[in-house]
Amino acid sequence: MIELVGLTKRYGEKVAVNDLTFTVRPGIVTGFLGPNGAGKSTTMRMILGLDHPTSGDVRIDGKHYDQVKDPLTYIGALLDAKATHGGRSAFNHLLCLAQSNGIPTSRVHEVLDTVGLTAVARKKAKGFSLGMGQRLGIAGALLGDPRILMFDEPVNGLDPEGIHWIRNLMKTLAAQGRTVFVSSHLMSEMALTADHLVVIGQGRLLADTTMADFIRQNSRAYVRIRTPQRERLLDVLHQAGITVVEAGGGALEVEGGKAEKIGELAAQHGIVLHELSPQQASLEEAFMQLTAESVEYHAHADTTPVQQAWGADWKGA
Amino acid sequence: MAAAQVIRSEWTKIRSVASTVWTLSLAVFVTIALGMLISALSKSQFDTMPERERLTFDPTFVSFAGMSLGQLAMIVFGVLVVSNEYSTGMIRTSLAAVPRRATFLFSKIAVATGLALAVGMATSFAAFFLGQAMLGSHRAQIGDEGVLRAVIGGGLYMTLIAMFSMGVAAMLRSPMLSLGILMPFFFLISNILGNVDATKKIGQYLPDQAGSRIMRVVPRLDDGTPYGPWGGLGIMALWVIAAMAGGYLVLKKRDA
Repeated sequence: MIELVGLTKRYGEKVAVNDLTFTVRPGIVTGFLGPNGAGKSTTMRMILGLDHPTSGDVRIDGKHYDQVKDPLTYIGALLDAKATHGGRSAFNHLLCLAQSNGIPTSRVHEVLDTVGLTAVARKKAKGFSLGMGQRLGIAGALLGDPRILMFDEPVNGLDPEGIHWIRNLMKTLAAQGRTVFVSSHLMSEMALTADHLVVIGQGRLLADTTMADFIRQNSRAYVRIRTPQRERLLDVLHQAGITVVEAGGGALEVEGGKAEKIGELAAQHGIVLHELSPQQASLEEAFMQLTAESVEYHAHADTTPVQQAWGADWKGA
Repeated sequence: MAAAQVIRSEWTKIRSVASTVWTLSLAVFVTIALGMLISALSKSQFDTMPERERLTFDPTFVSFAGMSLGQLAMIVFGVLVVSNEYSTGMIRTSLAAVPRRATFLFSKIAVATGLALAVGMATSFAAFFLGQAMLGSHRAQIGDEGVLRAVIGGGLYMTLIAMFSMGVAAMLRSPMLSLGILMPFFFLISNILGNVDATKKIGQYLPDQAGSRIMRVVPRLDDGTPYGPWGGLGIMALWVIAAMAGGYLVLKKRDA
């Protein structure tokens, strides 16, 4: 169990992590979700005692990280796949980690086998692809056979096969009763792997809920309608007490799953419908809405200058 | 967290990177080769030397002439052992495995120091015997008064210069910044400050100026240094302790 209480990290004026309080419970996959720059990595570094909190506290089963004896046998983490000395072989990289925590050398061979790096164990890490580097980092996390595992954006930059492998690995680890805490900025990824969800934005806690609840609360259902007899339909729906919103492209939208009712009303009044389709907002949209105010780096699409024809600015010359 | 585990781990780290081998080999080769060359030159020019220089001719110190360059390789060794952790990002993995920062830093320094001492001692003895062989009839014997002290002192000097570099690298973290300060300092600036009359009073307390006193058997003619061979080495050791304390404080206080 990882407990965060009022965890705060400031860099000068900037607040990276703001008063975070939540608990990562054992035996399930907890997804740690937030847009880029939300403070996920900073939080994870504070859990491992790499960064010192400005205020607040984080404990692992009641202990600070630096009080844990042989921490790799207790909590394994993949924070940054590139956190290795490129000139050292994969085997020696894992061996020095194993020795520092009193883990036998035989275990190094085991984890190399688990992540499929046995064939390149004697090769220098700098020649590794992103996927291989990620596997080496995961081997390091698994080395001490820990009860708690923590992964920071493990699927970033991986090919589909690698992503699939990591998803299965996390599910297997949780099925073995381990605590898995994994961060991502992709809701779709979390929906596939996580049981519990912690969402942060600009360092602040936005949601701490089970995945099932999050889906129930946030997957908005609505009906999209297109009709050439727009005004008549609006009148009919208004009389029936159904609220209609204008959507883009001449379509109308009605909240909730009222497609049958609308179809029947249209038929009664002889209104032609070109489209009547029940829609489900994706979790990705729900996540975007939740974090909309707290996204740090907006892609200011609305302020992009209008594209000029090629050479248009030569006229004055 | 048993320190013995961490020391084993640091030994694996240091022996598994190429920079250890090439920096130490370079230190050995440059110190010995340059020492032999200058010893041979001194022998051939001894008769044309002014009387004053012949009287204070120190065959032991002449055979250590290569250390002025060889120490630079020792500096690179000391800097890389520590700052490699930062430049590669390995530090985050290392501190996750060994969260007690004092245990981590001092185990690393202990292993690197042990290696530097072994290499430094061997280099010093080899530089002495090979240098004396070049000097022919002007040679000193290992049994002569003060000679053994100077040769052992040479090995200690090389070890201390590597340790000082480790402390500085722990403070500055960046290999380029650490080398950019230490190399010109020990190659040029310290020599100037220690030998120009105006700055000599302060310059003689710089780590290398004070520490290298132990390698002299025959003091310089107008030697006004207020410390003896071991006193000088002691001053250098104080510099090392200060650099290590600074490095430890930075590691403890700052985020990794």
